[in-house]
Amino acid sequence: MRLRAALAATTILAFAGVAGVAQAKDDLVIGVSQFPSSLNPNIDSEVVKLYINDFGIRPITAFDKDWKNSCLLCTQLPTLENGLAKLEDQPDGKAGMAVTIKLKPDLKWGDGIPVTTKDLMFTWKLGLDPASGFSNNHPWNRATRIDVVDEHTAVLHLSSVTVSYNEWDQLLPEHIEAPVVAKLANVGDYIKQTTFTRAPLTPGLYDGPYMITAYQSGSQIVMEPNPNWAGEKPGFKHIVIKTIENTSALQANLLSGDVDMVAGEGIGLTIDLALALRKQQPAKFDYEFKPSLTYEHIDIQSGNPILADVRVRRALLYAADRQTMVNRLFEGLQPVAATWVNPLDPNYTKDTATYPYDAAKAKALLAEAGWKPGGDGICRNDKGERLSIELTTTAGNRLRELQEQVLQSQWKAACIDTVIRNEPARTLFGETLKKRVYPGLAMYGWSSGVGESPRRTLGSSDIPTAANNYGGSNYIAFKDDVMDADITKAASELDPAKQKVIWAEMQKIYADQVPVLPLFFRAEPHIVPKWLKGYTPTGHGDFSPLWAENWKSG
Amino acid sequence: MTRFIINRIWQALIVLLVMSFVIYGLIGLMPGDPLDIMIASNPGATPEVVAHLRAIYGLDQPLMLRYWHWLMSALMGDFGFSRIHSQPTLEVLGPALLQTCKLLIASFVVSVVLSLVLGIIAALRPGGFVDNTISLIAFAGISVPVFWLALMMILVFAVKLHWFPASGMGNIGDGGFMDQARHLIMPVTTLALANTGGFIRYVRASMIETLRMDHVRTARAKGAGEGRVVLVHAFRNALIPVVTVIALNFGTLFSGALLTETMFAQPGMGKMIYDAILGNDFNLALTGLLFATVITLLSNLLADLAYGWLDPRIAVA
Repeated sequence: MRLRAALAATTILAFAGVAGVAQAKDDLVIGVSQFPSSLNPNIDSEVVKLYINDFGIRPITAFDKDWKNSCLLCTQLPTLENGLAKLEDQPDGKAGMAVTIKLKPDLKWGDGIPVTTKDLMFTWKLGLDPASGFSNNHPWNRATRIDVVDEHTAVLHLSSVTVSYNEWDQLLPEHIEAPVVAKLANVGDYIKQTTFTRAPLTPGLYDGPYMITAYQSGSQIVMEPNPNWAGEKPGFKHIVIKTIENTSALQANLLSGDVDMVAGEGIGLTIDLALALRKQQPAKFDYEFKPSLTYEHIDIQSGNPILADVRVRRALLYAADRQTMVNRLFEGLQPVAATWVNPLDPNYTKDTATYPYDAAKAKALLAEAGWKPGGDGICRNDKGERLSIELTTTAGNRLRELQEQVLQSQWKAACIDTVIRNEPARTLFGETLKKRVYPGLAMYGWSSGVGESPRRTLGSSDIPTAANNYGGSNYIAFKDDVMDADITKAASELDPAKQKVIWAEMQKIYADQVPVLPLFFRAEPHIVPKWLKGYTPTGHGDFSPLWAENWKSG
Repeated sequence: MTRFIINRIWQALIVLLVMSFVIYGLIGLMPGDPLDIMIASNPGATPEVVAHLRAIYGLDQPLMLRYWHWLMSALMGDFGFSRIHSQPTLEVLGPALLQTCKLLIASFVVSVVLSLVLGIIAALRPGGFVDNTISLIAFAGISVPVFWLALMMILVFAVKLHWFPASGMGNIGDGGFMDQARHLIMPVTTLALANTGGFIRYVRASMIETLRMDHVRTARAKGAGEGRVVLVHAFRNALIPVVTVIALNFGTLFSGALLTETMFAQPGMGKMIYDAILGNDFNLALTGLLFATVITLLSNLLADLAYGWLDPRIAVA
């Protein structure tokens, strides 16, 4: 018996000894809550894939932590001022642009092959073919022609004047992917045969400071320094991205030391869990809550006769104490939104209506619109109809359900009855929103890029209809001629001052007409170990790992 | 016996065909299509891009035509391409199956052994202190949510005591047998504890009933020792209903260890099927569910064969 007990104790101690060894600071283990479906930068658009790729596959340009466009693969950001971007006339007489991209001369793929304009040409040609399955071929189909000057310099001729002329995506390695494409009977099969999914450990796929060296589908990805990286020397021998989908388990892994940090780009802990952790372990980690470009808002059903009245829509905003909601639920860390434009965005204007909490004003607006408080505290109109509005969101999303309850209570105080009827996310996004069958209000989040045009959500060209197979994302069916004209103008206005004027007008239209109820900008919680230096969250879609070579253990 | 097995295989094939049709149809009835989420998160997903992607994935075809294409390919051994993993379905299925086998077989063995031992002990003195204690443990096992149990295991054994890793399948640069075993201890224990409670109740009830039978009384009257009476005369007879329950559970476990797999980041069949259904990945969901059906049918066939071994009076031919 004693022998058995001793054996058991020895076994446990042995396990404890090995499991208890802390990760050496040569390694950084990052916990995320999702696993990517593909690593090809042009297939699918997933936050987790972008995050992982940013360690090893660099875009030509990216917005930095100060939300300024910068060169990653190029030597100098093309601008009109430095002459690397020029206006030119197209053969058909329309105005276009010529953009010169100079790739850094010491760039190499992980197998030592230089990154050259061959890669640029290959990526462009593949991106031009809509059948190649790129989930976003717009970055490449802006160019109608490319003149190769030398191995590192190319002039891209754009078919129109576009404000995003100096924003360029990742390159595909021509020496790896061209043979794959050449073997395809149908280019549509590229997404099934790309080396990024068939052999993701191929070193030649990576031109960043790290490259993937181990891949366990659904579980973890291990990265090691790219030996051919010519930039700042990476600070870790291994970076491990570990997928733990349950956020409570992810939090427990952080506490146990099985993961060193949790990614903050919307693929880590929710803000409530992060706040709870900060209360529990204030000194163990560094916490940063970075406001992001994702804004929580409530779409309004334009076909609802009650909500068709702008006075009711404004009353809904006045009656919602968004600042108190943010203070109570999120310790004030998520900035209240006036429009879809984040205050950090260069095109933000503060000169719009903001609708701070004012219950009296809300009631006055409702009264003006013909809604008077009834015996049960809920407003009624002349016909005796109750002011009752249905609110839906993604069922099971704890934070949104809390927000709903707060709003329901605040609106009730302003004599508005709210009926909550939630749906699973796939039903909400798969049917309800795109077919606009929600009867009243629909709450969800929306992400965009720095300076991204609101065409997708507010442009009349993007109203989902049966005719376009419900392809657009303007779920509120917003149609305003001035907004449409501004969207078009903003896409090609290169003067930053004039650009700001156009954006100010768009924000004013949004704030005046209230087609959507803006709530707040999400703050993404970044929880990192105190010994990690050089970590700089950005808050936008060009994530912190784009500068991962600066992350050091200190 | 051979004829019996052949007949059962034919039945299984028919069941599989019907199931494939039903599952494909049901997944097709779910709202939305696989590209909806991509559209929401992708600034560049214009209606034209989406139309091209739908064509590439065959989503522009009617559901029945897609099913027919899938069926014809499957009969040739090609189970299609998984959209959410960007790999052929069988290449996704393989590692998930291996992981599930490790988790499932280990937990199943622990669970069955524990439940047989505790169930028999409980049945020896029904209503006594030991029986009540074991019943309490069994009910706790049945009642405690797997999610909570898993979280408590992580908090106690990984966060507080640092005995075992909280998640994953192996450490960087290791991945040897001991490393993998260490990573399996908590998920296996969680899954085993969750299943043992129910099994104990079945074993206990079956043993109590068998111990009251005439042949057991006769064995005792003939002077057989209590150990022989319980283990030889009663236990074998008591096993027949228990085998049925265990066989049915085996198939369910194969696709149903979702929570354990999720909590301990051990992606197996349960997680794979769940993600495939949510992601409208028809090929993967269908192949995974059909595989789970095959396992259930196989385990039932084995149960039928086991009946004949346990009680030769039950003929299978």
